[in-house]
Amino acid sequence: MKILVAVKRVIDYNVKVRVKADGSGVETSNVKMSMNPFDEIAVEEALRLKEAGTAEEIVAVSMGIDRCQETIRTALAMGADRGILVQTEEELEPLAVAKLLKALVERESPGLVIVGKQAIDGDHSETGQMLAAILGWPQGTFASKLEFETDSVNVTREVDGGLEIVKLKLPAVITTDLRLNEPRFASLPNIMKAKKKPMETLTPAELGVDVTPRVTVVEVVEPPKRKAGIRVESVQALVEKLRNEAKVI
Amino acid sequence: MTVSNDDEALILASIDRFLERDVAPHAHALEASDTYPRDIVEQMKELGLFGATIDPEYGGLGLSAVTYAKIVERVSAVWMSVSGIFNSHLIMAAAVQRFGSEAQKRHYLPRFARGELRGGIALTEPDCGTDLQAIRTRAVRDGDAYVVNGSKTWISNSIEGQILAVLVKTDPQAQPPRRGMSLLLIEKGPGFEVSRKLEKIGYKGIDSGELTFDDCRVPVDNLIGEEEGRGLNQILAGLELGRINVAARGVGIARACLDESVAYAQVRKTFGKPICEHQSIQIKLAEMATRLEASRLLTEAAARAYDEGRRCDMEAGMAKLFATETAIHNSIEAMRIHGAYGYSKEFNIERYYRDAPLLAIGEGTNEMQRIIIARQLVERNPA
Repeated sequence: MKILVAVKRVIDYNVKVRVKADGSGVETSNVKMSMNPFDEIAVEEALRLKEAGTAEEIVAVSMGIDRCQETIRTALAMGADRGILVQTEEELEPLAVAKLLKALVERESPGLVIVGKQAIDGDHSETGQMLAAILGWPQGTFASKLEFETDSVNVTREVDGGLEIVKLKLPAVITTDLRLNEPRFASLPNIMKAKKKPMETLTPAELGVDVTPRVTVVEVVEPPKRKAGIRVESVQALVEKLRNEAKVI
Repeated sequence: MTVSNDDEALILASIDRFLERDVAPHAHALEASDTYPRDIVEQMKELGLFGATIDPEYGGLGLSAVTYAKIVERVSAVWMSVSGIFNSHLIMAAAVQRFGSEAQKRHYLPRFARGELRGGIALTEPDCGTDLQAIRTRAVRDGDAYVVNGSKTWISNSIEGQILAVLVKTDPQAQPPRRGMSLLLIEKGPGFEVSRKLEKIGYKGIDSGELTFDDCRVPVDNLIGEEEGRGLNQILAGLELGRINVAARGVGIARACLDESVAYAQVRKTFGKPICEHQSIQIKLAEMATRLEASRLLTEAAARAYDEGRRCDMEAGMAKLFATETAIHNSIEAMRIHGAYGYSKEFNIERYYRDAPLLAIGEGTNEMQRIIIARQLVERNPA
């Protein structure tokens, strides 16, 4: 089985994100970028499937500007076999990403697509679901465990009040949750070896996909600053304020 | 071999992950109990750190000194002792790589790179350190072996490691004495005893041992370069990289002290405002940051000169001197900024404060560095 894994270049999870002064977005210049943490989990799961003999080849895909190659290279250094960059300067929305992934699925015919449940920048949590819908494939979202049978996979999902297990016929789309695995980091020898792994660059036009944005961002603003608290004189005053001002009791 | 900027970024990202996941959460407990970090060493093997500067032809990564210094800085900013586990190991490896015979390189370097065979260099003796020509450890040829007698002290990785590059006298009468000095690779075995683990105020966790050689037989094949009388030059060549590496440790500690101070000064309040708004603290932060930046630039310049194959004893000496004094300075200032919390065993600052002074002593004292710098100044600028 071939596995397609999507990896997104996002602002590193340790970076304190700053909004641009003109409100057009967040500051990304001179900011440390790395692979979306949920996508690392996706790569790790694919690697484990390969190590277990369930998969033969792992293709890591990223989309966006030239620098997204770094993210693909991280996936290759972790152990993916080859990379594909769909290069575009356009700001990609989840639907555009899903359409590009569909085009790649038709080209590569993987038995499984694994993507992060969401990217930590846009927090859309839409791409995997949209991809499954437009492919007409079953989807196992927010997966915390995968168990393979001959032509199906049992996906454990963490839902309110317990665990839900769904059985999907392959090929299928999986989106990863935090507890699926703990991703490895690339060893230094593997980083050096990854240079020799093939990386292909395509464009949306070559894949026949229109990625023109359909949503306009009106403004990006910082979350409101917390106001300073006040001291109350008595428990009675506290209860009164909680009831009448905060309206929480 | 050069490493592209892209590779360097990936390498440093992996190092950061390793430090965040496998080192930072354990550093405090391991250091407090002076425990050798075995699990961390296993992770370092997998990560490939033991082959960082070894030629790829012999199974290493062939990283440049510039990239290597950045790795050392990062590791030391989290826990300096961890850098000691691979630093002197790689100086031993560098001596084999630069001066060893082809057979020695094929025999040792791949195992060094994988971390299967780990060790360091053994130079210092109980009554001689800076003045290496005065060493007394003796190696006498007997058939196809050398018989080694003597003792060495303050040897990193000597207890947990399996092999050391040991500086010995093969001809004690030689004049100048350096012509009678040789470097032998000695594996643990009969006659090679670790007499004790030394207690230190800082740099805990890593094993600093005192060694005794008592009629220890070492095959003549283990003489680095297969020719006697070259040992001092072989080891001095490695010390340039050693000094760059100690400078990078200084940068790491100095940065950790600054980072924690900048964060704390914004949170701690006195007289109704964060202490970072008081001039007395601002002056400290500015001084720490400026010295840190200068240290980093000096270290990078020395590493670049080393990579380009230029003479860099003065440059490495300047970097070592300035960066390690900065580490000491920043650790004291960080303690003042943190007040009682800086003095507390529950936080990191007191550890930096205990670790930093080693850097002014080890790998050539800072007094010695000044002499090297001055001599080079004169030599490079004849009147």
